[in-house]
Amino acid sequence: MSRRAQFIIIVCAFLALLPVIAQKGPSPKSNAAHPETAQPAQKAPEPDGQRVFRQNCARCHDAPQGFPAQVSGTVLRHMRVRASLSEKDEKALMQFMNP
Amino acid sequence: MTGIITRSIGVLACASLFLSVQIAGAQEVPLISGGVGFVTSTNGGNTTYLPVVSPVLAAPLGSHVLVESRATILSSISPKPGQGYDHDAFLGLDYLQADITANRHLTVVAGQFLTPFATYNERLTPIWINNFQSAPLIFSLGTMQTTHSVGGMLRGSAVSNAHFNFDYAAYFSAASTNEQFNAQRSSGGRGSFYIPAAHLEIGGSYNRLLQGTHENFGGVHLWWEPADSSFRLRSEFATGEHARGYWIETGYRLHRFGGDHGFLSAFEPVFRMQQTFRSEPDPNDGLPAANTQQADFALDYHLPHEIRINTSYSRQFSSTGDRNIWQTGIIYRFLFPTWRGK
Repeated sequence: MSRRAQFIIIVCAFLALLPVIAQKGPSPKSNAAHPETAQPAQKAPEPDGQRVFRQNCARCHDAPQGFPAQVSGTVLRHMRVRASLSEKDEKALMQFMNP
Repeated sequence: MTGIITRSIGVLACASLFLSVQIAGAQEVPLISGGVGFVTSTNGGNTTYLPVVSPVLAAPLGSHVLVESRATILSSISPKPGQGYDHDAFLGLDYLQADITANRHLTVVAGQFLTPFATYNERLTPIWINNFQSAPLIFSLGTMQTTHSVGGMLRGSAVSNAHFNFDYAAYFSAASTNEQFNAQRSSGGRGSFYIPAAHLEIGGSYNRLLQGTHENFGGVHLWWEPADSSFRLRSEFATGEHARGYWIETGYRLHRFGGDHGFLSAFEPVFRMQQTFRSEPDPNDGLPAANTQQADFALDYHLPHEIRINTSYSRQFSSTGDRNIWQTGIIYRFLFPTWRGK
C-alpha cells in the first residue's frame, strides 16, 4: 500500500474521532423505549430503567419507536439473555417499559 | 433428511407457539420481529442485488423458558458475464435456542446459538442493527466459520453493581454436518467488564476448535460511548493460528443538529478501519490471502417508522489488488405480537 493511501487512512481516522473531541450533545437513544409512547428528552435525573436501557440495549440498536405493551415482557426476556442483564436491571427495565 | 429436519423445526415452532399461547402472561405474548430489506453491493464493478428477510420468533414458555429463533432468507441476483444475471436463493437458521433461567446469575442455553466470540456475531449481525452491509474482515476468526454452535452455553451476569458489571458466556459445541445445523466441535467463552461511570466496556474471548487440526482463537473488544454525547466507538481484535486482525468503528448521530426529530439528526456518519495480517496461508480461515487494509465510510439515515437507509463506500488495499466497494440498502424493522393477548 502506498504512503499516500496510508496517510489518507490516518487522516480519515482522525477526522472520525473529532466529534468526541469537539462535540458534546444529548444522547437520546432511549427516549422511545416505552411501549406505544415516545417521550421527549427530560432534564430530570435519569430513572434506573432508562439508564439500564441506555447502557445495555441502546448501545447496539435504536429504541423501537413504540411496541405493543403485551410483548414488553417477551422483549425483556430476550434482552435478559442477549445483554446478560442482572435481576435488578431486569426489574428496572420492566418498570421503565411499563410505567 | 433435510425435509425431516425442516418439518421437525416447523412442528417445534408450532408446538412452542401453541404452548406459549396457553400459558403466556399479560406482557409475555410471543412476538415476531426482525427486518426486511433490499441491499445492493458493487464490488470491483459488478453489482449484486440482495432482497433479504430476517424474521425473529420469541416465545416464552412459563416463567423460566424462552424459545427464540432467527432465520435469514435472501436471494442473490448477480451479473453473469455476457448472459444476464444469475439467481441464487438461501434460507438458513441463524439460531434456534431455548433459554432456561436457572437463577439470577445463570441462564442455560441449549440448541443452536450464535457462537460467543467478541461482540460482532451476537450483537451486530441483525440487518436492522448493523451500520455496514458487510461484516468485518476478521468475522470468521473465532466464530468457527459457521458463526453458530450446536450444544449448550452458560451465560449471565456474574457481578452487577454501581461501579462495574461483569458478564460471561461459556459454551461447548458438538460437530454437526446437517445443512441447517452445521457446526464444528469447539469450546470457549467470553467475559466482559462494563464500567458505567466511564461508559466503557472491555472484554476478552477465547475459543478452541476441537476437531481436525486443533486451533486456538483469541480476541479482545473495547466499546466506548462518552457521557452526554452521541459519539460511539466499537472495536475488536482477533487472532488465530495463521492470521490476525482488527476493526475500529466510530459513529456520530447528529442529534446535536436539529434535536431528536430534525432532518439532520437522522443522519449518522460512520467510519470503520480494518486490517488483517496473515502469517501463513490458510484457505479455510476466511480471511484475505494477503495482508489487507480497508477503510469503510458510511452515511446512514434513520427514517420514521423503523426504516433506515444505509450507504457505504469502502476502499480496500491489498497486494492482490486494490478495489472499491459500494453498498446501499433500505431496511425496515418490524415487531408485533402473535396474538392480541389478555
